[in-house]
Formats: sequence, C-alpha cells, structure tokens
Amino acid sequence: MSVKQGSILVVDDEFSMRDSLTQWFREDGHDVVPAESGEEALRRLGERAFDVALLDIKMPGMDGMELLERIRRTHPETRIIMITAFAAVDTAVAALKHGARDYVTKPVDPDELSQVVARAIEDAQAAREVAAEPGRREAALADPIVGQSPAIQTMRALIAQVARTDATVLICGESGTGKELVARAIHGASARKHFSLISVNCGALSESLLESELFGHEKGAFTGAQYRRKGKLEMADGGTLFLDEVATLTTKSQIDLLRVLETKEFTRLGGSQTVAVDFRVLCATNENLEQLVRERRFREDLYYRINVFCIETPPLRERKSDIPLLADHCIRTMGQKLGTRVTGLGPGALDRLVAHSWPGNVRELANAIERAMIVASGTRIEAGDLVLGGTEPADPAAGESLVEMEHQHIRRILEQSQWNISQAARVLKVDRATLYSKIKRYGLHR
Amino acid sequence: MSAAVLRVVPFGLAAHQALVAPLVERLRPRLGGAVEVRPPRFDPALAFDRSRGQYNSRQLLGQMLEEGPGRALGVTALDLFIPVLSFVFGEAQLGGRAALVSLHRLRSEAYGLRPDPALLLDRLVKEAMHELGHTHGLVHCPGLDCVMRSSTYVEDIDQKPDLFCESCWAKLPDRT
Repeated sequence: MSVKQGSILVVDDEFSMRDSLTQWFREDGHDVVPAESGEEALRRLGERAFDVALLDIKMPGMDGMELLERIRRTHPETRIIMITAFAAVDTAVAALKHGARDYVTKPVDPDELSQVVARAIEDAQAAREVAAEPGRREAALADPIVGQSPAIQTMRALIAQVARTDATVLICGESGTGKELVARAIHGASARKHFSLISVNCGALSESLLESELFGHEKGAFTGAQYRRKGKLEMADGGTLFLDEVATLTTKSQIDLLRVLETKEFTRLGGSQTVAVDFRVLCATNENLEQLVRERRFREDLYYRINVFCIETPPLRERKSDIPLLADHCIRTMGQKLGTRVTGLGPGALDRLVAHSWPGNVRELANAIERAMIVASGTRIEAGDLVLGGTEPADPAAGESLVEMEHQHIRRILEQSQWNISQAARVLKVDRATLYSKIKRYGLHR
Repeated sequence: MSAAVLRVVPFGLAAHQALVAPLVERLRPRLGGAVEVRPPRFDPALAFDRSRGQYNSRQLLGQMLEEGPGRALGVTALDLFIPVLSFVFGEAQLGGRAALVSLHRLRSEAYGLRPDPALLLDRLVKEAMHELGHTHGLVHCPGLDCVMRSSTYVEDIDQKPDLFCESCWAKLPDRT
C-alpha cells in the first residue's frame, strides 16, 4: 500500500523485534528511531516530536502500560500503538481504554501492520496541521458551514438548538448540499465534541462489510479475519456516530442497527461477549425516507428512532446569495492544493455562477471553481474560465458513456474507501487485480 | 543498475532449482553488469526457528554477508520471517549489499491455485529487483508503475512492473 511518510518511535527491549520493526518501516521511507526502554523512549520524545510510538507492552523496568500513560500526559499529539504477544491481548484492550490508538498482536500480518501505522500517521499529521492554527479546530468543528443566507441562518439556529441535546438527528437534503458538514457542526457544538466523530458511509459497503465495519470482529470470525478489529461503534464510544446514506441499509442491517440504537450494546462478529457503548447518532439521506417506509423498503420503527429531530440542508439554488462567500471559500481552500495564483472572481464570472441552477449543489460549485482555477491565466477567475451546465448533471447517468460512468464510479468508491484497494474492490465486487488494471487504465490517483 | 558483479546465491530451492537460470537471464539486462551464480557456503538450517517453522531472514542475510564482499542476492524457496511479522516475501539491507527473496509465498499453489511457472518467474524477478533496489538505498515508492511499490499481498506484486519508475531510477546512485 502507498503510505504517507512519518516519524515513528519504536520501543522494545528485545533487539530482534526492535530491529525488524525499524528496518521494516525504514523501507517505507519513514523516519524511525529505536529505543530499548521506556526511559530511553521518554528521552527521545523530549528531544523531538513523533507521529507514532510503537510500544511493546512487556518490558523490564517501565513497562508499555506505564509508558503509555506518561506519553499520553506529556505528548498527547503522538499516536500510540501497542505491540503484544497473543497471551497479553487483555492488557492491550486495557491499553486502548487508556488512550492507545490501536494494538497489534505479534507476529503480525505485514498488511495489517502497515495499515495500522499508516492510519495513525495520517491521524497525527492531520491533528498537527489543525493545531498549527490556534482556534481553527474549535472554529472548524463549531461552524464549518459557509453562508449567511436566510436558509443557512435558519439551519444554523436548528443546529445550535439540537447540539445542546443528545437527540438523534436525521439530516435530509439533496446530494452535495453539505449534510456531513451539518453532522460535524452538531458534533462540534455538542458536549461530546472532545470525543470522536465517526462517519460510516452505509452506501459504500456491502451488507457483510458494513456489519464488520460497525461491529468489528474477533480473530477467525470469517475467512481473512486473522486478528480482532475494533468496529466503528466502539470507536464512536463517548462521541458521535454519523451514518451517511442511511436509506441504502439492507433489511438485515436495519434490524441490526435498530437493536444497537435501542440497547447501546452489541457483540463483535464471531464473539460472544457483549460490548456496551455510549454514542450519539446522526443519520443523513438524500432520499425520501417516509416514501421508503410507505413502500416497506425502510423499517418504520427505525425511521421513528432516527427521525427524532430533522434538519434539511437547503439546495444551492435556494441560497444563491451565499455563492460569493462559497466561491471565495473554495478559492482560499483550494489555492494551496492547486498551487495557482488565483485569489478571486472577476465580475463576469460571479454573474455566471449566480445565474446557474446548480443541480449538483455546493459540490458542483466547488468542482467548477477548482476546474476554473486550473485553467485561469491570471489572478482572477474570468467568465470564460468557467464550464457550467453538464459538469455534474442532476442525473449522473445522463449523457455519460458507459466507460465514463465506470471511471467516475470507481473514482468515487476509491475516495469513499480512502484508497483502500481491498475495501474498494469488495464494494465494486471485483478482485484487486481487476481494480488495479482499471486504476491504471483510467489514470486514477490519490 | 550497477556495473559491479552481482552474486546470486541459490539455496533451499528444492524442485525450483530450474528457475535460477531464467531469473539470471531476466536480471542481467536490468542490472547492467555481470551476474554470477555461486552456491552458498553457509548453513541455512542455522536460521530455522523451530517454534514458527520458518527461517529468520535477518539471520540469513547476516550469513550471506559473511561470505565475502560485493552485492549478493539470495534466492530460496524457504518460508521467511522477520520477528515482528508473520512472513516476508524477501528482505534487504537498506543501503547495504545483501538481499534475499523467497518464492515460497509467490507460488500460486500456496493460494489453492494451479502451479503457474511463468507467473512465478515474473513474481520472482519483481521481488529480486525490489529487494536489490533497497540495497541501493531506495525506499518504497507510491507509484503504480514502479517495482519499488510496497507489496504485502502476492496480487500486489502482479500489478507492478519489474522496472523502476523514472523517479526511483534517477535516485539510483550508480546506475549505468
């Protein structure tokens, strides 16, 4: 797998383990520093920052658990992964409760180790980027929504109202209207904001994958499940669980979800032990759930369970006064990514943006701005730089060739699975080899 | 890749001994220098871990290094591991002179499929190039078009070419 390079502190008293971990991650291009004791690890952490610390649980002197507590107190930015022998898995679970991000049981599968560490590095680096600008995280979490139109003001008021409670919220709206932003805003303004907001795109996963994704699994639960994995329900403990595209849940998944929402308990796949969790649920859909209930495609009891409080995200055509603010926001956020000199809109360009009907909503606007920033020759986007209409049709299939639809569908699933090839291949129901060849054929990249 | 002589050291190949000659033929034009085959003088059994039923690749690399100067590529059918991982396809000294590849988990039959000698040779060439790349100081490359792309599944190996991408090729210190 392709990984973001980071800094890793490897702490293990056993030379062969320390050495093999160090070499393995250096081959990935990571900056790896080995330490043979907890004391040495703390000295190293005093000298410089690390994205990830890999801690052996069993060490003479200061053991992995004590070191975990010390690092959590003094270097909260460092993500900690515990390494344990199979016999010490209970201790590893206790470590998770004390703030470790994950654990691996040695000997670990190479892919598992690479993925666990890659995720931790991405997480640490993202947190550091946000922390680099004081107050930005709070602001971003509290109000990530751009706009001052009456429709947005009304929505903001509803968000503020419901965020104070622990009620389940159903967020409805057309594709591209920012339902996930509303979920982030509710979580960021709630008492649970210091815990995780865990998102699950129900539409991107098959029934069995969704089950495994939500509930986690025990080792040997099914073919390929070589290790126990924490599910999203456990990861959301204390925080918020956001279920996007909830209308796509199968009948069985609806029953499973209803049971969890009612009892706040579940069992990992292949396991017998009940796990208790405490999270708030936010759901989103672009479909008419009431209609689906009438057609018996969505359970009525689940509908009432998730529709305690409903917020509708307005389509962009009903908040056109926000277009200048949204366009300015897009230009600022995309400027660094694209490395262009564009800083604003020419008057003709703004007129064209306001005149367009935006069937793909804010997502379509963002795509149009990005495309225009790439082709713009000066510091402003001019009317001629914009390609509008048909860029993101309301019916995504209209006017597109089969090849183009396949291209776009694969791209979307890869993005939804964060380029996890195995996961994307399962969703697309093709083998990884086929997916790789299509990625190559369509020239897709992260 | 390098004008220096590469020593290919086959050991523990059992029924796959016949793969050595075509492997050398495939490597020779890619390496730009002489490739010679030399039997090992070390005892691979010393690297056997009874509790795991596998061979410690780090120990095998150490034994290969003691055999003399120059870059060496061990080729084996033994199942290799490093202590923290359940298995490895191969291992190399990053920026060093010893590399080792195993065809044990490259065989289609290890995955319940029919033997495929041509595919096995392709995989072996790619893994050899990959590990030799590490000995030249190359780390894993995110490019889909590069043999230095990390492969933790055998299917990953099938997706990458047996050549370096332009970027990795340019980083090779003594390419010819």
